[in-house]
Amino acid sequence: MARSALFVVLLLIFAAPCLGAAPQELDVHEIAPGVFVHNGQIALMTKENEGDIANVGFVVGSDAVAVIDTGGSVREGRQLLAAIRARTHKPIRYVVNTHAHPDHLFGNGAFDRPGTSFVGARNLPRALAVRGPHYIEAFRQIMGAELIDEVRLVPPSLLVDDSLTLDLGGRSLVLQTWPTAHSDCDLTVYDQQSRTLFAGDLVFVSHIPVMDGSLSGWRGLLDKLAALPAQRVVPGHGPVGDWPAALADERRYLDTLATDIHQLIAQGRPITDAANSAAASERPKWQLFDDYNARNATAAFSQMEWE
Amino acid sequence: MTAAARLLRVPLSGVLLIGVLLIVSFASAKAEDYDPWPGLVQDIFNNRPMNDGAEVLAIEMPARAEDASLVPVTLRSKLSPADTRRIKTITLVIDKNPAPMAAKFTLGQDANVTAISTRVRVNSYTDVHAVAELSDGQLYVTKVYVKASGGCSAPAAKNPEEAQAHIGQLRYRQFTQASDGATSGAREAQVMVGHPNNSGLQMDQVTQLYIPAFFIDDLKLSQDGSLVLAMEGGISISEDPNIRFTYVPNGAKHFEAEAKDTQGHVFQHEWPVESSGS
Repeated sequence: MARSALFVVLLLIFAAPCLGAAPQELDVHEIAPGVFVHNGQIALMTKENEGDIANVGFVVGSDAVAVIDTGGSVREGRQLLAAIRARTHKPIRYVVNTHAHPDHLFGNGAFDRPGTSFVGARNLPRALAVRGPHYIEAFRQIMGAELIDEVRLVPPSLLVDDSLTLDLGGRSLVLQTWPTAHSDCDLTVYDQQSRTLFAGDLVFVSHIPVMDGSLSGWRGLLDKLAALPAQRVVPGHGPVGDWPAALADERRYLDTLATDIHQLIAQGRPITDAANSAAASERPKWQLFDDYNARNATAAFSQMEWE
Repeated sequence: MTAAARLLRVPLSGVLLIGVLLIVSFASAKAEDYDPWPGLVQDIFNNRPMNDGAEVLAIEMPARAEDASLVPVTLRSKLSPADTRRIKTITLVIDKNPAPMAAKFTLGQDANVTAISTRVRVNSYTDVHAVAELSDGQLYVTKVYVKASGGCSAPAAKNPEEAQAHIGQLRYRQFTQASDGATSGAREAQVMVGHPNNSGLQMDQVTQLYIPAFFIDDLKLSQDGSLVLAMEGGISISEDPNIRFTYVPNGAKHFEAEAKDTQGHVFQHEWPVESSGS
């Protein structure tokens, strides 16, 4: 008994560094044959969650693998890489970034090796140049130097202007860019074989939508997005859902926000009133409402004043 | 150009540069402790004495900068109508921004401006100071503390193409009477200037060049030629500079705006003033 306890202690002491060297695998599930998804927490990026708040995934073809978003830290990226390697040894030919936000691409560094192309919308390099340094500084304060010091902004080597098809061997991914909506560099990935849409942050489920681009642009593309022949969607945040049913809540939120703000502007109310009152009826329907609604409302107000 | 005006344009100068070097050399752990204000008093206000401004003006800002690129701020006079002094200028300073001096407002002598609202960029956790110069020649300071935004918010354009598309557009809007308008005759109005108000501090990764600063540095609002409000602005003013203000009309038939940017463009417009009965 004492011997076995000692053995366990020794095992922990000697095995712990090894566990550090071979990163833990990110928890992923296969939502369709060859299509794997990790659901990030519905939360803000913190030291404790290591930035693991966005959905990330990968698609395996007969020749190669494509990764779709890499998570909010290099540590999360390495865990995603470990999860891929536990399932296939095919080369990772592409890493696709759905947009420039840190929770989706701070893990890029884990995949930066010869033979892997980074893919993004035509506007992604500009967004990284303008915002990247600020993100790194801001998240160093929030998540600590240990997690953030190793983050490197890896710009795309393959740019998508309108649309592009990636061939993984017997499996095609159709990449599509969109006008400014959630952000100014949104890109979706559609797997034709399984009819799965990786929507990036153009689709939020359960997690309140975050508007960092154009409210009218976003509302204007919803019909086109809904018309894609997908069976299911992997949203940027929140559970995988049926398509296009999973879009209904987001559409209602964005419509409510626009209607309320239109009214405030017509009444001559100041922008500060938007932060306090716009879309208040949506509060019980979303997680993280108080973290993002005021911001969505002030940004939308400043845009709609020009309409 | 005055030292203050230079600060709008060249963010790292003199004491400030030393301040930034201190931040770098003491590493990030100490960055929050560093107080740039004494250096800013020297650079912007030439070390003139500062009086407590709690009875003179108030800064209204949200405790947290929800959107780093767009934080509403209101400067409100607290002088009683009986006070014989008047506010000549208000300088708004966001201490830890790359260009701390956000704006200097000059209030028209006869316009009785009592409130000014605009929108600013806030890069990190910072004190925000407002310094009023009164007609007694003294400076009065007040401050608030603002927490930085979280999440994916950045002090950058959300939609650069759109910002470019309405560059130079001027909009004027007159609101119904200010809340105390019945007694004071005050009105509320707003002027919007379409402009990207680029910071120029950002590196373009494709060209490896710095994007040049490009912003509105001078805005003058008047009623039939009589100054209501002027603003010397910097890159801490949000994209599409937007000023909403309370003033007393002088019976003028026209309201005029003239905006100049750092590339020498001049944008001008005038609008008929609605009769004051609404």
